[in-house]
Amino acid sequence: MPLTEQASAGQSKEQQSGTESLEVSLPRKADRKTSFQTVSLEEVNRLYGPSDTENVDFDRDISAPGHFPYTRGIHATGYRGKLWTMRQFAGFGTPEETNARFKYLLREGQTGLSVAYDLPALMGYDADSPLSEGEVGKCGVAVSSLADMEALFDGIPLENVTVSQTINAPASVFLAMYLVVAEKQGADWTKISGTLQNDILKEYIAQKEWIYPIRSAMKLVIDTFEFCTQHVPRYNPISVSGYHIREAGATALQELAFTLRDGIEYVDWGVRAGLDLDQFVPRISFFFNAHNDFFEEVAKYRAARRIWARMMRDRFGAVNERTMQMRFHTQTAGVSLTFQQPLNNIIRVAIQALAGVLGGTQSLHTDAYDEALALPTDRAALIALRTQQIIAEETGVANTVDPLGGSYFVEALTNKMEAGALDYFGRIDAMGGMVEAVEKGFPQREIQESAYQYQKAFERGEQTIVGVNKYAMENEPQEVPILVIDESVRHHQVERLESVRARRDQGGVSRTLDSLRKAAQRGDNTMTATIDAVREYATLGEICSALRDVYGIYEEPAI
Amino acid sequence: MIARALRDAGMEVIYTGLRQTPEMIAAAALQEDVDAVGVSILSGAHNTLCPRIVSLLREEGLKDTLVVLGGIVPQEDIPKLKAQGVAEVFLPGTNTQDIADFIRNNVKPRD
Repeated sequence: MPLTEQASAGQSKEQQSGTESLEVSLPRKADRKTSFQTVSLEEVNRLYGPSDTENVDFDRDISAPGHFPYTRGIHATGYRGKLWTMRQFAGFGTPEETNARFKYLLREGQTGLSVAYDLPALMGYDADSPLSEGEVGKCGVAVSSLADMEALFDGIPLENVTVSQTINAPASVFLAMYLVVAEKQGADWTKISGTLQNDILKEYIAQKEWIYPIRSAMKLVIDTFEFCTQHVPRYNPISVSGYHIREAGATALQELAFTLRDGIEYVDWGVRAGLDLDQFVPRISFFFNAHNDFFEEVAKYRAARRIWARMMRDRFGAVNERTMQMRFHTQTAGVSLTFQQPLNNIIRVAIQALAGVLGGTQSLHTDAYDEALALPTDRAALIALRTQQIIAEETGVANTVDPLGGSYFVEALTNKMEAGALDYFGRIDAMGGMVEAVEKGFPQREIQESAYQYQKAFERGEQTIVGVNKYAMENEPQEVPILVIDESVRHHQVERLESVRARRDQGGVSRTLDSLRKAAQRGDNTMTATIDAVREYATLGEICSALRDVYGIYEEPAI
Repeated sequence: MIARALRDAGMEVIYTGLRQTPEMIAAAALQEDVDAVGVSILSGAHNTLCPRIVSLLREEGLKDTLVVLGGIVPQEDIPKLKAQGVAEVFLPGTNTQDIADFIRNNVKPRD
């Protein structure tokens, strides 16, 4: 009740009453440490009160859920109308194995699919490339051609299930394969919804799975925007991702700032290519991390919505409300999971997921506890899904909209996040934009520095990781079963690839790949040519090679 | 991160970049005349790639070059990797100072 007490005593600042009790308390109970910091190494005050939010104007800065600037969420009804989509990222081994995992998750109550592809797929190489050695099916499902994609979605109606695909450098090829599979199932492209990650900027910034030089890669992204706007209007052709930026060691603020500035860059490029702002931007979606520092994460999501709304209205002149409404997916922080005492990860994931929910996410992936050891087993994947179901249906947190709104601490942190992000925008704008900033290595260096500072704080014991630098156990037994992917996956995939190459019309493959090269050379939209090549069963590696012939490959600048 | 920590510990570090094949790693090690090769693998491909790296180094005549691995490696794979010539496997949560100390204490002194 400190607020009422202050008011009756006629004190204007809560700090005054705080100081009185502190004078008595502090000598008896000194702070446990000299500095209290978030996991992003940001200082946190002892107490927050009205003076920390006195520059907040409720109508201007917070408003009601469903109202500009959407700080409290984009839907007036929050999760009372519709819960978030429980979308567990899955993929390993052969397309058949992943298809079985998808069906298992759907049977257990999952509400959307999310595909993890293996490293060769992410890099645009076929399973039989020498560069794929040792990696086929390891970090995700192996896909080299339409035949693999047909097996992956066998018995899964793409008109009814929304599918998110984590693929970036070769994203346009995967969009093409997805659409052709849907077409073969008899699905109507105008009814398909789902998401392509397709965020190439964060690859150069953090994840580092690139193929082509940055400006050609940006052109491919804009091609997918244009194509989807015309032909697949309910599909999200991009998920602008802070997740990987955070996993690479960025702070919460850097994740927020770089991701939103990436979003602005895509909007800039789309507008310059002649796309209608209020038609294509509503289909831009976002993807954030949910890390350990609970309130910092909640503030990050709330600030993200507010910044995006303001940028779209004030910087770009959007008039469509949906252009201003940021929709995002959240995944708990893989980087926070520990190899040591892995069952502790269940608790970390639950708390991180709660931050995502209280931040108003549209969909959520909860990591499995064994992900610091290997890809998840069925059992671990099920506990991760159950974690979301418990949050949704037992805790009551979904009963009311934005329950943390109005908290002095959360609103002050939300403001701080917004101000910090705008400061980064100013620096990046001064460089000429995000593409230029990435070419100069700016966000890469900022993240690298934060990662290093965190590592040092961890090694000094200032940042605790339970079971690792505190409460560690000697000779801890490895107590959980893990999923092992062996080399038989590669043999299986290479066999299918050989059979595809033997059966297809070689003339059709050469002709469509030539058309694709020509479209790329002329600067035309490449999507139609890519779809034609996919229909002929041109492989992923062949299509990416055709584009490499025209665009060349990316060389990383020295950071 | 590791490169910077080892530089801070006083070592000369040649960072070859991501996704190098075993052949590229062995060639770089030979050309730069290194004392140690550090490999980071998070994907689970260590059982395929590490033995190849060690045997290519030995074929190039780099008999004493120390090979260390960091990444996500199941406990049961570690004895096999060590038998194949990997000197040490650093798991998640390792202090960068411990890595620097191991390398300093285990590289073969130059004549």
